[in-house]
Amino acid sequence: MDKRKWIQALFAFTTNSNVQGFFSGKIYRGKLKNVCVPGLNCYSCPGALGACPIGAMQAVEGSTRYGVSMYVLGFLVFVGILLGRFVCGWLCPFGWIQELLYRIPSPKRKVPKRVNNVLKWLKYGILLVFVILLPILTVNEFGLSTPYFCKYICPAGTLEGGVPLLLANKPLRSAVGLLFTWKMAILIAVIVASILIFRPFCRYLCPLGAFYSLFNPISFYRYSVDQTKCTRCGRCAKACKMDIDVFQTPNALECIRCGECVKACPEQAISCGFGKEKPRQTKRVQSE
Amino acid sequence: MEQTDRNSRLLRWGIVAAAVVMIGVGLWNGENRIVLAKAVQICLECIGIG
Repeated sequence: MDKRKWIQALFAFTTNSNVQGFFSGKIYRGKLKNVCVPGLNCYSCPGALGACPIGAMQAVEGSTRYGVSMYVLGFLVFVGILLGRFVCGWLCPFGWIQELLYRIPSPKRKVPKRVNNVLKWLKYGILLVFVILLPILTVNEFGLSTPYFCKYICPAGTLEGGVPLLLANKPLRSAVGLLFTWKMAILIAVIVASILIFRPFCRYLCPLGAFYSLFNPISFYRYSVDQTKCTRCGRCAKACKMDIDVFQTPNALECIRCGECVKACPEQAISCGFGKEKPRQTKRVQSE
Repeated sequence: MEQTDRNSRLLRWGIVAAAVVMIGVGLWNGENRIVLAKAVQICLECIGIG
């Protein structure tokens, strides 16, 4: 198992280490939950020690006193400018779960480039509509609103929170209704898709990945291609499970920094790290 | 080229500074208390019940 897999597992277990919660059907209620975790991790997961940034964002937006949450937005901007979508590839528990599902032996499917190029914009729409606009604009007479993304879309909440809580907490089971059926349907669809396609939720639906992706081209942690070494053989693009032409756009919005391209390059032309300053090399290739 | 690199660095550090200010403003406004209050209760919407 490579370094990334270890870090993914370690991060998922560390941030969800309230093990007794899984048996008692209760969640952790300590002060650590003042702080958001960088990845998508439901705060109603019995093991969760921190707050989910997407849930927290909607919670503050939907409360009586605030509009956009400076606290959560500032946190996301800070993590984004530092790491970009490195978070998706290394630190997100739900991303890791999808990767584990993808390892189940089955015929793997590649989404046609034209379809992929359209569907990848869906997550930005979800970020804008379900995470930002709806919770701010649809407040009730008490000045409160619904966390629309969590309620109607998020399969991480169903998997990490809903399923373990319902298994361990009998009174909650009596409250199950149509909404849970809908959310289970989304979860099952995402699970099946994850077995066949690499990280479908991250690619097409995740608002957190959409937010971090905006920082990929400018974040401190970045990739660069040494054009004096690159032969444009395309092995990096072939190795990329997110279907990026790495030698042309090493800091593409979709890149989750998994490092497969770095390993695949026979010329060691791709490097990654903090403060890599070589955007001009990319531009030169693109203009050719 | 050096100018471009310098501008990129300035932009990044500018964004870091803006993020830190935003976090500070959020803490000053007590937004973290809203986050905590929400995160320590079972979120029925999140788990598909509410």
